[in-house]
Amino acid sequence: MFKAHVAVTLRPSILDPQGKAIQHALHNLGATAIERVRVGKYIELWVEEDDEAAAEAIVREACEKLLANPVMEDFTIELERVEGEPA
Amino acid sequence: MTFGVLVFPGSNCDHDAYHVTRHVLGQDTRFIWHKEERLGDVDVVIVPGGFSYGDYLRAGAIARFSPIMNDVVRFANEGGLVVGICNGFQVLCESGLLPGALLRNASLRFICKPVYLRTEQTDTPFTNALRPGQVIQVPIAHGEGNYYASEEVLDDLEANGQVVFRYSTADGAVTPEANPNGSARNIAGIVNARRNVLGMMPHPERCAEAILGSEDGLLIFRSLVNHVLGAAV
Repeated sequence: MFKAHVAVTLRPSILDPQGKAIQHALHNLGATAIERVRVGKYIELWVEEDDEAAAEAIVREACEKLLANPVMEDFTIELERVEGEPA
Repeated sequence: MTFGVLVFPGSNCDHDAYHVTRHVLGQDTRFIWHKEERLGDVDVVIVPGGFSYGDYLRAGAIARFSPIMNDVVRFANEGGLVVGICNGFQVLCESGLLPGALLRNASLRFICKPVYLRTEQTDTPFTNALRPGQVIQVPIAHGEGNYYASEEVLDDLEANGQVVFRYSTADGAVTPEANPNGSARNIAGIVNARRNVLGMMPHPERCAEAILGSEDGLLIFRSLVNHVLGAAV
Protein backbone atom coordinates (compact mmCIF):
# COMPACT_ATOMS: atom_id res chain seq x y z
CA MET A 1 0.00 0.00 0.00
CA PHE A 2 1.09 3.55 -0.69
CA LYS A 3 0.25 6.72 1.11
CA ALA A 4 0.10 9.67 -1.28
CA HIS A 5 0.76 13.19 -0.06
CA VAL A 6 -0.95 15.54 -2.49
CA ALA A 7 -0.40 19.30 -2.36
CA VAL A 8 -2.81 21.45 -4.35
CA THR A 9 -1.70 25.03 -4.83
CA LEU A 10 -3.04 28.02 -6.70
CA ARG A 11 -1.24 28.56 -9.98
CA PRO A 12 1.38 31.31 -9.77
CA SER A 13 -0.67 33.67 -11.94
CA ILE A 14 -3.65 33.54 -9.54
CA LEU A 15 -3.90 36.12 -6.80
CA ASP A 16 -4.22 34.62 -3.34
CA PRO A 17 -5.94 37.15 -1.05
CA GLN A 18 -5.94 34.61 1.79
CA GLY A 19 -2.15 34.30 1.58
CA LYS A 20 -1.88 38.10 1.52
CA ALA A 21 -3.99 38.40 4.68
CA ILE A 22 -1.89 35.76 6.45
CA GLN A 23 1.32 37.45 5.39
CA HIS A 24 -0.03 40.68 6.82
CA ALA A 25 -0.76 38.99 10.15
CA LEU A 26 2.71 37.44 10.20
CA HIS A 27 4.25 40.85 9.70
CA ASN A 28 2.18 42.14 12.60
CA LEU A 29 3.71 39.30 14.66
CA GLY A 30 7.13 40.59 13.73
CA ALA A 31 7.95 37.93 11.14
CA THR A 32 8.84 40.54 8.57
CA ALA A 33 11.31 38.25 6.80
CA ILE A 34 8.39 36.28 5.39
CA GLU A 35 7.96 37.91 2.04
CA ARG A 36 5.26 35.84 0.45
CA VAL A 37 2.52 33.44 1.60
CA ARG A 38 0.48 31.17 -0.64
CA VAL A 39 -2.27 28.97 0.78
CA GLY A 40 -3.12 25.59 -0.70
CA LYS A 41 -4.59 22.24 0.29
CA TYR A 42 -2.89 19.12 1.54
CA ILE A 43 -4.67 15.81 0.88
CA GLU A 44 -3.67 12.31 2.00
CA LEU A 45 -4.72 9.27 0.00
CA TRP A 46 -4.10 5.61 0.83
CA VAL A 47 -3.82 3.50 -2.30
CA GLU A 48 -4.11 -0.30 -2.27
CA GLU A 49 -1.48 -0.98 -4.90
CA ASP A 50 1.95 -2.63 -4.76
CA ASP A 51 3.50 -1.06 -7.82
CA GLU A 52 4.68 2.50 -7.29
CA ALA A 53 4.20 3.60 -10.89
CA ALA A 54 0.67 2.21 -10.90
CA ALA A 55 -0.12 3.96 -7.60
CA GLU A 56 1.25 7.21 -8.99
CA ALA A 57 -0.95 6.87 -12.10
CA ILE A 58 -4.04 6.35 -9.96
CA VAL A 59 -3.29 9.39 -7.81
CA ARG A 60 -2.42 11.54 -10.82
CA GLU A 61 -5.75 10.72 -12.43
CA ALA A 62 -7.55 11.58 -9.17
CA CYS A 63 -5.76 14.93 -9.11
CA GLU A 64 -6.50 15.73 -12.73
CA LYS A 65 -10.15 14.74 -12.57
CA LEU A 66 -11.18 15.94 -9.12
CA LEU A 67 -8.65 17.03 -6.52
CA ALA A 68 -7.28 19.99 -8.49
CA ASN A 69 -8.96 22.29 -11.00
CA PRO A 70 -6.36 22.81 -13.74
CA VAL A 71 -7.85 26.22 -14.59
CA MET A 72 -6.58 27.63 -11.32
CA GLU A 73 -4.54 25.00 -9.48
CA ASP A 74 -1.35 22.95 -9.73
CA PHE A 75 -0.59 19.81 -7.76
CA THR A 76 2.36 17.75 -6.58
CA ILE A 77 2.36 14.09 -5.52
CA GLU A 78 4.71 12.33 -3.10
CA LEU A 79 4.34 8.61 -2.52
CA GLU A 80 5.35 6.74 0.61
CA ARG A 81 5.18 2.93 0.94
CA VAL A 82 3.21 2.04 4.08
CA GLU A 83 2.06 -1.17 5.72
CA GLY A 84 -1.44 -2.16 6.75
CA GLU A 85 -4.64 -0.26 7.18
CA PRO A 86 -4.96 3.54 6.94
CA ALA A 87 -4.39 5.05 10.37
CA MET B 1 -42.96 24.36 -21.58
CA THR B 2 -41.19 22.55 -18.77
CA PHE B 3 -38.41 23.71 -16.50
CA GLY B 4 -36.36 21.20 -14.53
CA VAL B 5 -34.66 22.41 -11.36
CA LEU B 6 -31.80 20.23 -10.12
CA VAL B 7 -31.59 19.53 -6.41
CA PHE B 8 -28.27 18.63 -4.78
CA PRO B 9 -27.69 18.11 -1.08
CA GLY B 10 -27.08 21.69 -0.02
CA SER B 11 -28.99 23.43 -2.81
CA ASN B 12 -30.93 26.30 -1.26
CA CYS B 13 -32.19 28.39 -4.17
CA ASP B 14 -34.01 25.51 -5.85
CA HIS B 15 -37.38 26.47 -4.40
CA ASP B 16 -36.91 30.12 -5.35
CA ALA B 17 -36.25 29.14 -8.97
CA TYR B 18 -39.21 26.74 -8.91
CA HIS B 19 -41.45 29.48 -7.54
CA VAL B 20 -40.51 31.89 -10.34
CA THR B 21 -41.01 29.52 -13.25
CA ARG B 22 -44.03 27.69 -11.81
CA HIS B 23 -45.97 30.38 -9.97
CA VAL B 24 -44.82 33.69 -11.44
CA LEU B 25 -44.55 32.54 -15.06
CA GLY B 26 -47.07 29.68 -14.85
CA GLN B 27 -44.88 27.11 -16.61
CA ASP B 28 -44.61 23.44 -15.75
CA THR B 29 -41.67 22.95 -13.45
CA ARG B 30 -40.31 19.97 -11.62
CA PHE B 31 -37.50 19.22 -9.26
CA ILE B 32 -34.89 16.70 -10.39
CA TRP B 33 -32.98 14.96 -7.61
CA HIS B 34 -29.25 14.72 -8.25
CA LYS B 35 -29.26 10.93 -8.04
CA GLU B 36 -31.60 10.58 -11.00
CA GLU B 37 -29.86 9.56 -14.20
CA ARG B 38 -32.20 11.10 -16.77
CA LEU B 39 -33.56 14.63 -16.96
CA GLY B 40 -36.69 13.45 -18.71
CA ASP B 41 -38.73 15.73 -20.91
CA VAL B 42 -37.64 19.26 -20.03
CA ASP B 43 -36.95 22.35 -22.13
CA VAL B 44 -34.70 24.14 -19.66
CA VAL B 45 -32.48 22.86 -16.85
CA ILE B 46 -31.78 25.19 -13.95
CA VAL B 47 -28.74 24.41 -11.81
CA PRO B 48 -29.64 26.39 -8.70
CA GLY B 49 -27.67 28.26 -6.11
CA GLY B 50 -26.68 27.00 -2.71
CA PHE B 51 -23.81 25.05 -1.24
CA SER B 52 -23.93 21.67 -2.97
CA TYR B 53 -21.99 19.16 -0.87
CA GLY B 54 -21.08 21.94 1.53
CA ASP B 55 -18.66 23.41 -1.05
CA TYR B 56 -16.26 20.62 -0.02
CA LEU B 57 -12.97 20.58 -1.94
CA ARG B 58 -14.06 23.44 -4.24
CA ALA B 59 -17.46 24.99 -4.83
CA GLY B 60 -19.24 22.78 -7.37
CA ALA B 61 -16.46 20.21 -7.58
CA ILE B 62 -18.35 17.28 -6.07
CA ALA B 63 -21.79 18.09 -7.52
CA ARG B 64 -20.26 17.80 -10.94
CA PHE B 65 -19.96 14.04 -10.34
CA SER B 66 -23.59 13.54 -9.32
CA PRO B 67 -25.33 10.99 -11.56
CA ILE B 68 -27.66 13.59 -13.10
CA MET B 69 -24.75 15.70 -14.36
CA ASN B 70 -23.90 13.17 -17.09
CA ASP B 71 -27.35 13.76 -18.54
CA VAL B 72 -27.04 17.53 -18.11
CA VAL B 73 -23.83 17.43 -20.16
CA ARG B 74 -25.54 15.29 -22.81
CA PHE B 75 -28.54 17.65 -22.83
CA ALA B 76 -26.30 20.71 -23.21
CA ASN B 77 -24.24 19.09 -25.94
CA GLU B 78 -27.46 18.40 -27.85
CA GLY B 79 -28.34 22.09 -27.63
CA GLY B 80 -30.61 21.95 -24.57
CA LEU B 81 -30.92 25.13 -22.52
CA VAL B 82 -29.07 25.15 -19.20
CA VAL B 83 -28.93 27.99 -16.66
CA GLY B 84 -26.48 27.87 -13.76
CA ILE B 85 -27.02 30.42 -11.02
CA CYS B 86 -24.37 31.12 -8.37
CA ASN B 87 -23.37 27.64 -7.15
CA GLY B 88 -24.92 26.41 -10.40
CA PHE B 89 -22.44 28.56 -12.36
CA GLN B 90 -19.63 27.02 -10.31
CA VAL B 91 -20.95 23.52 -11.08
CA LEU B 92 -21.13 24.29 -14.83
CA CYS B 93 -17.52 25.55 -14.82
CA GLU B 94 -16.35 22.49 -12.90
CA SER B 95 -18.17 20.20 -15.33
CA GLY B 96 -16.54 21.85 -18.33
CA LEU B 97 -19.77 23.19 -19.84
CA LEU B 98 -18.47 26.73 -19.33
CA PRO B 99 -14.85 27.95 -19.42
CA GLY B 100 -13.01 29.41 -16.45
CA ALA B 101 -13.44 29.09 -12.71
CA LEU B 102 -14.82 31.02 -9.75
CA LEU B 103 -12.18 31.98 -7.19
CA ARG B 104 -12.49 33.30 -3.67
CA ASN B 105 -13.77 36.89 -3.66
CA ALA B 106 -10.86 39.32 -3.77
CA SER B 107 -12.07 40.82 -0.47
CA LEU B 108 -12.18 37.33 1.12
CA ARG B 109 -15.67 38.25 2.35
CA PHE B 110 -18.96 36.59 1.63
CA ILE B 111 -20.89 39.34 -0.16
CA CYS B 112 -24.67 39.58 -0.01
CA LYS B 113 -26.06 42.73 -1.64
CA PRO B 114 -27.85 44.03 -4.72
CA VAL B 115 -25.56 44.90 -7.61
CA TYR B 116 -26.07 46.43 -11.05
CA LEU B 117 -25.47 44.41 -14.18
CA ARG B 118 -25.05 45.78 -17.67
CA THR B 119 -26.53 43.59 -20.40
CA GLU B 120 -23.84 42.91 -22.97
CA GLN B 121 -25.64 40.44 -25.24
CA THR B 122 -29.32 40.22 -26.10
CA ASP B 123 -29.16 37.61 -28.85
CA THR B 124 -29.24 34.68 -26.44
CA PRO B 125 -32.13 32.51 -25.23
CA PHE B 126 -31.57 34.04 -21.79
CA THR B 127 -31.55 37.75 -22.60
CA ASN B 128 -33.90 38.31 -25.56
CA ALA B 129 -36.31 40.25 -23.30
CA LEU B 130 -33.58 42.75 -22.40
CA ARG B 131 -32.32 45.75 -24.36
CA PRO B 132 -28.66 46.07 -25.32
CA GLY B 133 -26.87 47.89 -22.53
CA GLN B 134 -29.88 47.63 -20.22
CA VAL B 135 -28.86 47.88 -16.57
CA ILE B 136 -30.67 45.56 -14.17
CA GLN B 137 -30.37 45.27 -10.42
CA VAL B 138 -29.90 41.73 -9.12
CA PRO B 139 -28.60 40.49 -5.76
CA ILE B 140 -25.41 38.54 -5.30
CA ALA B 141 -24.71 36.20 -2.37
CA HIS B 142 -21.42 34.37 -2.64
CA GLY B 143 -17.97 33.87 -1.22
CA GLU B 144 -16.45 32.48 -4.42
CA GLY B 145 -17.66 34.56 -7.33
CA ASN B 146 -14.41 35.97 -8.63
CA TYR B 147 -14.51 34.90 -12.27
CA TYR B 148 -11.15 33.81 -13.59
CA ALA B 149 -9.95 32.55 -16.94
CA SER B 150 -6.69 32.88 -18.82
CA GLU B 151 -6.24 36.01 -20.94
CA GLU B 152 -6.62 33.92 -24.12
CA VAL B 153 -9.92 32.47 -22.91
CA LEU B 154 -11.15 35.94 -21.88
CA ASP B 155 -10.23 37.33 -25.30
CA ASP B 156 -12.13 34.46 -26.93
CA LEU B 157 -15.18 35.13 -24.77
CA GLU B 158 -15.14 38.79 -25.78
CA ALA B 159 -14.54 38.07 -29.46
CA ASN B 160 -17.43 35.58 -29.58
CA GLY B 161 -19.81 37.80 -27.65
CA GLN B 162 -20.05 35.31 -24.79
CA VAL B 163 -19.88 37.85 -21.96
CA VAL B 164 -23.57 38.39 -21.22
CA PHE B 165 -23.51 40.47 -18.02
CA ARG B 166 -20.90 42.72 -16.43
CA TYR B 167 -20.95 44.34 -13.02
CA SER B 168 -21.54 48.05 -13.57
CA THR B 169 -22.71 51.25 -11.92
CA ALA B 170 -26.41 52.17 -11.96
CA ASP B 171 -25.86 54.06 -15.20
CA GLY B 172 -24.01 51.21 -16.87
CA ALA B 173 -20.38 52.24 -16.41
CA VAL B 174 -18.12 49.21 -16.01
CA THR B 175 -15.65 50.37 -13.36
CA PRO B 176 -13.37 48.70 -10.81
CA GLU B 177 -15.55 50.16 -8.04
CA ALA B 178 -18.62 48.42 -9.47
CA ASN B 179 -16.85 45.05 -9.39
CA PRO B 180 -17.87 43.41 -6.11
CA ASN B 181 -15.62 40.36 -6.13
CA GLY B 182 -12.59 40.96 -8.35
CA SER B 183 -13.98 39.18 -11.41
CA ALA B 184 -11.87 39.41 -14.55
CA ARG B 185 -13.19 42.21 -16.77
CA ASN B 186 -16.16 42.67 -14.41
CA ILE B 187 -17.70 39.47 -15.76
CA ALA B 188 -20.90 38.45 -13.95
CA GLY B 189 -22.31 36.00 -16.50
CA ILE B 190 -21.23 34.16 -19.63
CA VAL B 191 -22.65 31.77 -22.21
CA ASN B 192 -20.88 28.92 -23.97
CA ALA B 193 -19.86 29.29 -27.61
CA ARG B 194 -23.09 27.62 -28.76
CA ARG B 195 -25.09 30.09 -26.61
CA ASN B 196 -27.32 27.46 -25.00
CA VAL B 197 -25.64 27.39 -21.57
CA LEU B 198 -25.66 30.44 -19.27
CA GLY B 199 -23.77 30.80 -16.01
CA MET B 200 -24.15 33.82 -13.75
CA MET B 201 -23.24 34.58 -10.16
CA PRO B 202 -26.11 37.02 -9.41
CA HIS B 203 -29.52 35.61 -8.43
CA PRO B 204 -32.31 36.58 -10.86
CA GLU B 205 -34.71 34.21 -9.08
CA ARG B 206 -34.48 36.43 -5.98
CA CYS B 207 -35.78 39.53 -7.77
CA ALA B 208 -38.58 38.34 -10.01
CA GLU B 209 -41.58 39.88 -8.23
CA ALA B 210 -42.43 43.47 -7.37
CA ILE B 211 -43.13 42.49 -3.77
CA LEU B 212 -39.45 41.53 -3.46
CA GLY B 213 -38.37 45.00 -4.54
CA SER B 214 -37.41 44.25 -8.14
CA GLU B 215 -38.72 42.33 -11.11
CA ASP B 216 -35.53 42.69 -13.11
CA GLY B 217 -34.59 39.05 -12.69
CA LEU B 218 -37.84 37.94 -14.29
CA LEU B 219 -36.54 39.20 -17.65
CA ILE B 220 -34.12 36.29 -17.79
CA PHE B 221 -36.79 33.66 -17.14
CA ARG B 222 -39.19 35.45 -19.50
CA SER B 223 -36.50 35.37 -22.19
CA LEU B 224 -36.40 31.59 -21.88
CA VAL B 225 -40.16 31.34 -22.25
CA ASN B 226 -40.01 33.66 -25.28
CA HIS B 227 -37.31 31.51 -26.79
CA VAL B 228 -39.03 28.16 -26.26
CA LEU B 229 -42.63 29.19 -26.96
CA GLY B 230 -41.64 31.62 -29.69
CA ALA B 231 -43.87 34.43 -28.52
CA ALA B 232 -43.93 37.25 -26.01
CA VAL B 233 -45.64 36.15 -22.82
